[in-house]
Amino acid sequence: MPNADKRPRRVSVEKGGPVVVEGPVEVVAADGTVAACDRFAVAICTCRRSRTYPWCDTSHRAHKRPDGGSGQHRGRSAAVEEDS
Amino acid sequence: MTPRAAPPSPGPALPAPRGPVSRSLLRVLHASVPAPRDPGSLAAEADPYGQDLQLALYVLYELHYRGFADVADDREWDTGLLALREQLEGRYLAALRRDAPADRSVDEVFTELLTEPAEHAGSVAYYLQHHGDRRLLREYAALRSLYHLKEADPHAWVLPRLHGRAKAAMAAIEYDEFGAGREEMVHARLFADLMADLGLDPSYGCYLDAAPAEALAVVNLMSLFGLHRGLRGALVGHFAWVEVTSSPGARRLAEAMRRAGAGPAAQYFYDEHVEADAVHEQVVRHQVIAGLLADEPALAADVAFGADATTWVEDRLSTHLLTAWRSGRSALRG
Repeated sequence: MPNADKRPRRVSVEKGGPVVVEGPVEVVAADGTVAACDRFAVAICTCRRSRTYPWCDTSHRAHKRPDGGSGQHRGRSAAVEEDS
Repeated sequence: MTPRAAPPSPGPALPAPRGPVSRSLLRVLHASVPAPRDPGSLAAEADPYGQDLQLALYVLYELHYRGFADVADDREWDTGLLALREQLEGRYLAALRRDAPADRSVDEVFTELLTEPAEHAGSVAYYLQHHGDRRLLREYAALRSLYHLKEADPHAWVLPRLHGRAKAAMAAIEYDEFGAGREEMVHARLFADLMADLGLDPSYGCYLDAAPAEALAVVNLMSLFGLHRGLRGALVGHFAWVEVTSSPGARRLAEAMRRAGAGPAAQYFYDEHVEADAVHEQVVRHQVIAGLLADEPALAADVAFGADATTWVEDRLSTHLLTAWRSGRSALRG
């Protein structure tokens, strides 16, 4: 179903993180269940680790290794882009 | 404009003093007399992280939020009080500049904050998740109520100082914090509901006397950054710190509330923050910080400082809480 709004809906993709969609949003799962969120923006989990799937709960984040180094689940991304 | 007699504020009662600076300040506020023009040497020598300075600063900042019962609203702009505030916050800011890491890039600071630690010995949320009974959760909520009952308020002061992308994104996050138009969803209201679940008094400012200096310093940091246009970069860095670190901590605290049977509102406050702040941290990094630095690249060092200073004061609070709890003591002032 198309949006009534003529303006395209913006979807932002963070490398290794969630997809951020302008809300409100309904996510329909393969089994037909619908999760709805009417926040101004919604972060949709792409790593499948979220305990609140389909919404991001930051579980995609890298964990520091006990030796002090850091490992990343996915590709590295800039924490803050210089400009865009 | 004709001046008129300011009615007394309906705010909370003034706290008890904790030393010579706060005693002198509270005497001036109780007696409704003008503050001395010169703040004096006591303020110039006060320990920047100590009980006395932090309480005095907290009281002075509170005049910009809801004030106190029987203190006239126009004391907010009493020039003698502002001179004292300037002296106290100058000492606090100088200590923060001295003690927080210097010369770090924004990317360096946030890459570190976005990496989950390997061990959790210093994490209050982890401790409460595993050892938090109802008594500890009540203590934690009482201390945090100083901020959460005015959640997002100090950050709203930055809005007129931002432009374009940064302003639009910051306003969107604040709209969410303030309930997106629904009174019952205002985050400060959700926290009051949590306090009621835990059997605490949700009246604004109720636990000020119980809060140690480390807890006051956390709230004073955001008031300091929020009230100064010159510290807008630090305010944005601080706010980003809060959003970036919130979700993982809120998940642990939600589990702690569930385990202790704290009640549905107590759980909901932290469940809501897991989901909301996973969104907010994306928007604050990619829109607010990036937008601000595109407009004003010279503020990068202040953004990093705002985040690092927050780590510094939050770590001090965590050390205070965990030291008290691990030795079986209350973290509140008796």
